[in-house]
Amino acid sequence: MVRLIARRLVLGVITIMLVSGVIFAGLELLPGDACTAYLGQAAQGKRLDNCRQDFGLKRPPMTRYVEWIGGAVRGDFGISPKGKKPVSETVSNRFRNTIILGATASLLGIPLAILLGIIAALWRDRAPDLWVSATAIFAMTIPEFVTATVLILIFSVWLGWLPGIVVTQPDAPLLEFLSDIILPIIALALIMTAHILRMVRTSVIDVMASDYVQMAQLKGVPYWQRVFRHVLPNALLPTINLVALMIAWLLSGTVVIEVVFNYPGLGRLMIQAIFFRDLVTVQAIALILAALYIGLNLFADLLTFVANPRLRTMRSRQP
Amino acid sequence: MGESLVQVRNLGIGFTSQAGATLPILQNIELAIGEGETIGLVGESGCGKSTLALAMMGYLKSGLQVLKGGSLFRGVNVFDMNERALEDIRGGNLALIPQNAGQSLTPTSRIGRQIGESVKLHTMLAKDQRRERVIELLSHVRLPQPEDMLERYPHELSGGQQQRVAIAMALAGEPEVLLLDEPTTGLDVTTQAHILELLRELAAETGTAMIYVSHDLGAIARVSDRIVVMYAGELVLEGPARRVLKQPVHPYARGLLLSIPRLKESVVPTSMPGRPPSPGRAGQGCGFADRCPMAVQRCHDEKPLLEPTASRELVRCHFHERVELLSPAEPPRRPNRANVDELDSILRLDDVAISYDKPGIVDQILGRQPNVTPTVDKIDLTVRRGETVGVVGESGSGKSTILRAIAGLLPPRSGTITYEEDESLNTSVDKRAKDLLRRVQLIFQNPDASLNPRHTVAQILAQPLRLYFGLGNDQLRERSVALLERVRLGADYLERLPSQLSGGEKQRIAVARAFAAEPDLVLCDEVTSALDVSVQAAVLDLLTQLQADRGTTYIFVSHDLAVVRAIADRVAVLYQGRLCEIGPSENVYRFPSQPYTEVLLGAVLEPDPDTRPALVAEDVADLFPPDKGCPFQRRCPRRIGDICDNETPPWQPTELGHAIRCHIPLAELHRRQEQSANTAAEKLEVST
Amino acid sequence: MTTTNIKHVQKKSALARPLAVLLAVASRPSGLVGLILVTFHLLLAVVSPAITPYDFKEMSPQLTLVGPSFEHWFGTDNLGRDVFTRTMLGGRQALLVTTIGTVFAITWGGLLGVLLGLVGGRLDELLMRLVDAFLCLPWILVLLLIVVIVGFGPSVMILTLGFFFGVPVIRMARAATHDVVALDFVTAARARGESRSTIVGRELLPNVLDVLLVEGAMRWSWMLLTFSSLSFLGFGVAPPTPDWGLMISNARGYISIAWWAALAPIVALSSLIIGINMFSDALAKALGIDRAQKAPV
Repeated sequence: MVRLIARRLVLGVITIMLVSGVIFAGLELLPGDACTAYLGQAAQGKRLDNCRQDFGLKRPPMTRYVEWIGGAVRGDFGISPKGKKPVSETVSNRFRNTIILGATASLLGIPLAILLGIIAALWRDRAPDLWVSATAIFAMTIPEFVTATVLILIFSVWLGWLPGIVVTQPDAPLLEFLSDIILPIIALALIMTAHILRMVRTSVIDVMASDYVQMAQLKGVPYWQRVFRHVLPNALLPTINLVALMIAWLLSGTVVIEVVFNYPGLGRLMIQAIFFRDLVTVQAIALILAALYIGLNLFADLLTFVANPRLRTMRSRQP
Repeated sequence: MGESLVQVRNLGIGFTSQAGATLPILQNIELAIGEGETIGLVGESGCGKSTLALAMMGYLKSGLQVLKGGSLFRGVNVFDMNERALEDIRGGNLALIPQNAGQSLTPTSRIGRQIGESVKLHTMLAKDQRRERVIELLSHVRLPQPEDMLERYPHELSGGQQQRVAIAMALAGEPEVLLLDEPTTGLDVTTQAHILELLRELAAETGTAMIYVSHDLGAIARVSDRIVVMYAGELVLEGPARRVLKQPVHPYARGLLLSIPRLKESVVPTSMPGRPPSPGRAGQGCGFADRCPMAVQRCHDEKPLLEPTASRELVRCHFHERVELLSPAEPPRRPNRANVDELDSILRLDDVAISYDKPGIVDQILGRQPNVTPTVDKIDLTVRRGETVGVVGESGSGKSTILRAIAGLLPPRSGTITYEEDESLNTSVDKRAKDLLRRVQLIFQNPDASLNPRHTVAQILAQPLRLYFGLGNDQLRERSVALLERVRLGADYLERLPSQLSGGEKQRIAVARAFAAEPDLVLCDEVTSALDVSVQAAVLDLLTQLQADRGTTYIFVSHDLAVVRAIADRVAVLYQGRLCEIGPSENVYRFPSQPYTEVLLGAVLEPDPDTRPALVAEDVADLFPPDKGCPFQRRCPRRIGDICDNETPPWQPTELGHAIRCHIPLAELHRRQEQSANTAAEKLEVST
Repeated sequence: MTTTNIKHVQKKSALARPLAVLLAVASRPSGLVGLILVTFHLLLAVVSPAITPYDFKEMSPQLTLVGPSFEHWFGTDNLGRDVFTRTMLGGRQALLVTTIGTVFAITWGGLLGVLLGLVGGRLDELLMRLVDAFLCLPWILVLLLIVVIVGFGPSVMILTLGFFFGVPVIRMARAATHDVVALDFVTAARARGESRSTIVGRELLPNVLDVLLVEGAMRWSWMLLTFSSLSFLGFGVAPPTPDWGLMISNARGYISIAWWAALAPIVALSSLIIGINMFSDALAKALGIDRAQKAPV
């Protein structure tokens, strides 16, 4: 089994390399470069040339790529043409903020989703399920920004309980944030919960109809013992993978949420960077997000390995 | 006869259709099972036998409801019991051994834990005692190394082992009644025989009553004291096993027994016309009236009741006394063949080896084959025009693989396949000439999967007609109708979709499709294995008829030895992808010489209470062939030593084109076989 | 109301099956609601320019942020524009881009997926690795980058979204093809010697088509979601063209004083997306396709 884990890790690293290549190549292939993008209208003649010189854009792509990757591994993403500050500075506390948002939402959302999903499945088609499923479907299908806006409408505008927009500075200490981030966390958690809940529900319903659960019933195993010993372990197994993928999806969702609530995180930074055509920052954030995503996928795979007895006991063909 | 443990009283179970009507699955079931008795519950698919078995435990699949009556366990109706009481008796008094053990064991739970669960629920043993008990149970069902088995997961076990675990789990609760729902379906012939022997012994030792549900009359014959025959949701015949098997007094039971091919005769069994009614369609009269050879108007108007006979049977037929007088229908005789050697060869395989492993990148670059033991090896076979060659073997024997190679779906790794002396079949499908493709056709096992669900019958038949003959639309219809007629289906079938056809009808369409190409050689890959017994007979009859008309050659692959006996002129026995024995079926079946053939034929279960299987090999599955030597080396009861492991056994020809592969010289082999037969006969005398 | 399953419909004409499918969808309550919503929105998108009471660009500086009234049923926004008009027109761009985009995505993704599923081999492995790597990128990033550099306009959006959403379709079409290819009737066709195009066209596609259709319906709703999110972020439609996502984004600024300006587009967008989802759910059930994990018998 150690070999399998090692293999997955290597695969993960290779994927990150591949993705970094794609990001870099993608930006290279698009018409223009960091300088033309940033300078916009003024991108011509001497100014363009100087800009390119400053940022070493005249060197061959491979060299730039290697340098970029080398720097990235050390945490140095280069200098942003906007404000001439090192990218890593701007990125680091935004990164912290996004992680806080994502982590809290996950810690809240996932256990809740699993619980609600199980309840919805066990009381299938009856009152608890109808309420839970309807709300989940609603939250799932409607775009995040709509859900977030609706939440602002309800809790901030009509009820006035919570602030709708974050006004604290990005580098402020944690405590100042607290009241501000409640609504964004709820919004994010709600959407995550909705997705995971539905998957859990389907999984539990499927497993409850399986032959082995029927067999347990015919063995005389009482209902709750069946649920905990035979249904849940098998139902939750496939959801582990999905949960981790959900967290990965979260990354995209945070961008929208951050914009809606004006939250100073990585997502909002990215939007701003794109707006200002700061390709260096954009590249950096893209890489970070991609690496996070791949890392989470890897984590999901490994978790599944550990949990699934079938994979744990894979043996090679021995005569 | 003491108090019955289980008594089913006038039970009716049904479901409500989408249109709101109540349709019965079971009607008027009356059954009593006493202590220590083994009842065989037999019927074809859809007769309701599984529903009945589960109902005895108070369990109904979702959507079903009790319409009438009930099932009593020790005098109490299980359908009146509350959940708690049911939990008590399930596993504790009535235990189920399910059909597919692999799917009935929880994948995330270790074996020891699952069996321990039953022990904990139904006995009073303390924790450490429980572990001992589980080990005891596992060794009781003859599983090797029970302590290791405790820690394993279900998917690590073979099919036979899983089934034994299921049996151990059922016994854990120390039940008085065992319900077995097709427990040996899907297992190899040899494994099946072992499991059945185990069940017989356990029943005898523990005095447990058994209700054995199956469609396989051979298995039923082996274990049952009494047999109950079901048809269209009703009991039609019940009586002592011997009586039911030898002299059935219900026309359906009689027809069923007649449609089962037997090992000792080379005839295609008689088939019953028509098919069973769908639930709820049975009208006023007897459910079998539409298909019964002695039906009169009264049978269609008045439903017969269960009546006792003089020989302690119960039968549901107005005219059951007359059944004995029914003369057996004339089975179609198979045409006498001219001397086999005089027919010219249509197909020849020379030292063919086939492998599923594809060369990896390195091997591809170097242009060499992977050095892996091939799945199928050293096949030498000559097929004569117009004959039927049967290919038998258990799972993993490579029989389907050979057919695929001949069809061009899988090129052989080495050796040659020659068609009609001059054309090579070593090529794959894309490289073969269209006419060559036309002359070799393939029919598949599963009729559900071999017909495109989105095509009508007309479209399905049109494809080969268009491909090989370039027929236009007007001619297509004419030809298609003619084809349908040949497989005894009406022209109204043209516009139907496969989902509207029964299994037997679908298989006939598959046969029609193959014959649309007017082939010389038809490869049949387990074509009857997915069908009910009575339908099987009809398809076999159809195939032989077509062969008589057109002189087609068949290569008929099956794991069912009796079916092959019915239809094949010659038979080849495979084990792990290597030939063991080949010869005229008469000779091979009556005097099996090669040790594996001996074992295989010995393990077959016949619906005849006077025969018993001879279990000579260990019940250990071989997962893949050995690198060298005889394929049977690990299990052979006649192994003579290292030579079996290292050298390929030579062909030893006998009279009349019969040949075996064994290191033991033929004469010696025969002598030893006689010896074993004598010893077995002595043992039998001693025990009786 | 009985629900129908179209498995048993015989093919009388080329139209018979699509009609039967629609009927089967409509026979389910959720399907009926979904169908009505979707049809409503499609019709609205087509006829709205002809029936709007005001010009969407027309600003009335005096009448900014007026609540719902007789003249302005949904009130006005911060620039005095009639919210009702803008809401009616708000879906046009979105629907145009996403319908064409979905068709594009399903076509190219489906064809490539089926081809890969059939051919297999090293090309298949290589492409699937690329697909995997591609799916690792957060979608929003990729789309934003492309849009920012190449510019936005309907054609760019259609191509970009169509390309982007086609990639997961490749994977799904490939899986569906694998499922079908494993079935004996495809092997039978191969053994007969049917040409590859016949196998794909006659055996594979009719069976894979159903899956593609259901996927198409689902992708459509996701594409709509993505499109409106992009507009919300300011990277979709260019003002003053009305678009629900953009309207909601603008409305955020003054949501505490004029919440109706946000509510109208929210309701419009939500009803369309929910409608599509209900429709695609009912479609899946009518076609007998189980989209979640394998269902037991």
